[in-house]
Amino acid sequence: MSDVDLAPEEVPVHQALGMTDEEFASVQDILGRDPEPAELAMYSVMWSEHCSYKSSRAHLGRFPSDAPWVVVGPGENAGVVDLGDGWYAALRIESHNHPSFVEPYQGAATGVGGILRDIFTMGARPVALWDQIRFGPLDDAMNRYLFNGVVSGIAGYGNAVGVPTIGGEVAFEECYAGNPLVNVMCLGIMKAEDLVYGTAGTPGTIAVLLGNATGRDGIGGASVLASASFDEGSSEKRPSVQVGDPFEEKKLIEACLELYRRSLVVGVQDLGAAGLSCAASEPAARAGVGMDLDLDAVHVREGDMTPAELLMSESQERMMAFVDEAKVDEVLAVASKWEIDAAVVGTVKAGSDLIVRHEGAVVATIPAASLTEDAPKLHRPYGEPAWQQDLWTNTLPLLQVPNLKDALLKLLDDPSLADPRWAYEQYDHMLFTNTVVEPGHDASMIRVKGTDKGLSVSTDGNGRHCYLDPRRGGARLVYESALNVAMTGARPMAVVDNLNFGNPEKTGVMWQFVETLEGISQACEALDVPVIGGNVSFYNETDGVDIFPTPVVGMLGMADPMPTDPPRLDQVSDGDHLLMFGPRGSRNLAGSAFEKVMHGHIGGRPDEPDPYLAKAIIELAAQLACSGKVPAMHDIAEGGVALTVAEMCIASEVGATINFSTWIGLFAENPNRFVAAVPAEHVESVLAMAEELDVPTSELGRFGGDVISLQNGSHESTEIPLAEATVTYRTAIPRRMS
Amino acid sequence: MSVAVVVFPGTNCEHDVVWALDDLGVDAELVWHRETDLSSFDGVVLPGGFAHGDYLRTGAIARFSPVMAEVERMAAAGTPVIGICNGFQILTEAGLLPGVLLENRDLKFICRPIHVKVEATDTVLTRAAEPGQVLQIPLNSYEGNYRHADPDLVHVAARYCGPDGAVDEGWNPNGSIGSIAAVANGAGNVAAIMPHPERAMETILGSADGRVMIQSFVDSLEPARV
Amino acid sequence: MRVTVNVRRRPDISDPQGTTVARALRDLGFEVGKVRIDKEITLEVDGDDAADVEAKVADMCSQLLANPVMDDFEIHVG
Repeated sequence: MSDVDLAPEEVPVHQALGMTDEEFASVQDILGRDPEPAELAMYSVMWSEHCSYKSSRAHLGRFPSDAPWVVVGPGENAGVVDLGDGWYAALRIESHNHPSFVEPYQGAATGVGGILRDIFTMGARPVALWDQIRFGPLDDAMNRYLFNGVVSGIAGYGNAVGVPTIGGEVAFEECYAGNPLVNVMCLGIMKAEDLVYGTAGTPGTIAVLLGNATGRDGIGGASVLASASFDEGSSEKRPSVQVGDPFEEKKLIEACLELYRRSLVVGVQDLGAAGLSCAASEPAARAGVGMDLDLDAVHVREGDMTPAELLMSESQERMMAFVDEAKVDEVLAVASKWEIDAAVVGTVKAGSDLIVRHEGAVVATIPAASLTEDAPKLHRPYGEPAWQQDLWTNTLPLLQVPNLKDALLKLLDDPSLADPRWAYEQYDHMLFTNTVVEPGHDASMIRVKGTDKGLSVSTDGNGRHCYLDPRRGGARLVYESALNVAMTGARPMAVVDNLNFGNPEKTGVMWQFVETLEGISQACEALDVPVIGGNVSFYNETDGVDIFPTPVVGMLGMADPMPTDPPRLDQVSDGDHLLMFGPRGSRNLAGSAFEKVMHGHIGGRPDEPDPYLAKAIIELAAQLACSGKVPAMHDIAEGGVALTVAEMCIASEVGATINFSTWIGLFAENPNRFVAAVPAEHVESVLAMAEELDVPTSELGRFGGDVISLQNGSHESTEIPLAEATVTYRTAIPRRMS
Repeated sequence: MSVAVVVFPGTNCEHDVVWALDDLGVDAELVWHRETDLSSFDGVVLPGGFAHGDYLRTGAIARFSPVMAEVERMAAAGTPVIGICNGFQILTEAGLLPGVLLENRDLKFICRPIHVKVEATDTVLTRAAEPGQVLQIPLNSYEGNYRHADPDLVHVAARYCGPDGAVDEGWNPNGSIGSIAAVANGAGNVAAIMPHPERAMETILGSADGRVMIQSFVDSLEPARV
Repeated sequence: MRVTVNVRRRPDISDPQGTTVARALRDLGFEVGKVRIDKEITLEVDGDDAADVEAKVADMCSQLLANPVMDDFEIHVG
């Protein structure tokens, strides 16, 4: 192993590869001998936190993952649901946090590439991407550099590979300064008969490696980068960075889709983290077979790679296809047509051993399943951190009435709340001519050509709420994302989640994790929405400081038929009534944007969401969106009613009058609420629909004019010129980035 | 009538163009860039994307694809040929259209709806439009900044403008000289546009203004000549 | 002083652009092996001492001109 130059000589090799002494002893137990260098390399990457989920696996079974429409649940490359009429959708979310900190452009780009492969590995054509990105505040040059690099990387890869990026989130918070979060989610569509599994098939099946040549990219990326924390030595870890090639990926997508269409493969596995080690062992373990892998057949970029390097390399844009012997020539011909390289690298064997050959010698003989199923499964201790209760009592002292104009303008100017188009206008969000609701709304929606169906997706995260109460915070994300997809007329259908947490070796972080998982699970159960996949990213800490627990929920919803004119933020008209659905604002500002932006304060305990109300309000939103009576609707989230209405005003270029009784109600973020612009002639029937579902309603005011007017009875009125609000909102990010 | 939609490795708008032509009742077929005989087709579209990854220069490698000699032959014979976005870049690299496309003025990828004003209607992209007609069409490019040493010599099919048709620098999204968005050859049978008319075919997608351009191309098709 | 900087991807880092160009050249009938695409940057830098200037430019390289994650650089003064 000395040629994998990762550590000084005196450190034992397994430690240099990120393995503990106990894990090394397990390997000795499994093999009944000391591992060969290539074997140790394979165990080190496959048993890494990133690949094995060793800290989280014991808990992930809590997620409800069954429903009649679930075709493929957690554990495969992506979750798959049945859309009806012979159509399936595949959904998957992944993090690329640490690689994006080391090299923002390539880190984000290869994150996009990886998530795409997860989707087309299942047989689906990737049709849309979302990205959820979080950084430290933009007043710091390093954070601006990372934000710019990540957005460029997403655009550079996504636009070129030809998959539209149609939504996501952008947020800034101090805790992400040394550890940005870059999560990417991809949706794919397929005909039911094109579904492919990551299986190696039966003995005699041939393994064909497709795509890029293998080089020294990202050696040990999974174990070294994705499974460890950052400290001052981080730059030493840099050799692990991979370079993405969207052009190669595009060819690979088309070639693979042709292979599926022509039924030329038995199974497929993409090469991501842990490279060949994973692509050989996982499909073999799933199929209960062994495999003979010949490293000399692997097409390489550099001639002198060791077996360990070949097995660990994370060179991008590679796929392993499992093919009946009789069809190998056809598969090679398809590869040749699409101008990608292909090589026959292995044969599936009876038994359970993965045998790896290099220059005529056997360099590894290990039970394939021991790399996956026998990976360590840790039951890490967890407990509520001592400071958690203190946080709950640390509410802001009773506040003076703020200058409301100043407050609203400050919120509009906050980069986490302001117009994100600086980012999404760099992404091709229109390709495939399916995008019916584009980025900038509560959820984006695409149509499924050849059907009447519309698919709506929202992704939501809120680190502050989850920090203050991980269980409530996790549940609220599910309700919020479900309400968001309902805003386009869709009913929530399936969840994927990306669980971004700190160091799991700390009991408090593990507690946050377990609590979040419980909150997400309870909310999914309440809504009868299965979790069909997810990703866990631990060790998001820098110099011992953990990020806020930041789960990101991706919600898929379907409208069938899709409404012909779904509500949009920019369809408010002068004279429309401003109605609010759900309870009036509480007096709780815990975790709110108002507290953070106006007072730099994060404390208190967010309200517990009411599952019954959540269900009713989501149903009401979907019904209203399909009714044709409501031109514009908007979920009340960060910034409360005031910011929500202001965003509608800005998008529609029309003012509004909002009546309030307590100013806190303007900015409180209690869950399960939305506002709508309703033309006078529909107000009565819209209110009747709400009453039918027992959803409380209030008429907050009217749209119209050229100011946003906040009125407290007759004695107090604050007016914010719409033009000023618009400029503030639109320029908040570009001004800081220029 | 049938149209060849040329697919280079890295092309990515080919299905959208087929969808749009199908919408107007025209058969469109995807043709791989190694094809050398397009004589059975009545027209050719070079769609958007990143042919050959846009490596080296946009269009530079695609211009040498085997299919391009055939496209040149057909263009010379008067067959309607249009390029959209990356297709525009390939046609300029191939010398079938004048000028060159450089990085956007602000060095950022731009994806948003913009307006163009039809100038010449004697081109296969504009013959069904009215002179001065303003169309809302999505722009989606990084290298969309049109340059030409003497823009007065260019057969301009459309220019970027404001919603009311005003052509000035304030409405120029990418720095193109003279706000040029679409150009044609002298005969008008080869034309190309940087924004994507095929993305503006239906109001549910935000605009149907692109239809008149795709319709112009369809109206120009004549049965194949050998 | 006139300084030329060559910035090139480290040999172990993949260069998709070079690979694509190599393929295209072979398609045109040229016989080529590996192709890599580098950057050359020419700078005018104040100073009389070549070593000082070189140190200054090396600093520019590691901060901005080259990507320390992926690139090597070579400096030619004069």
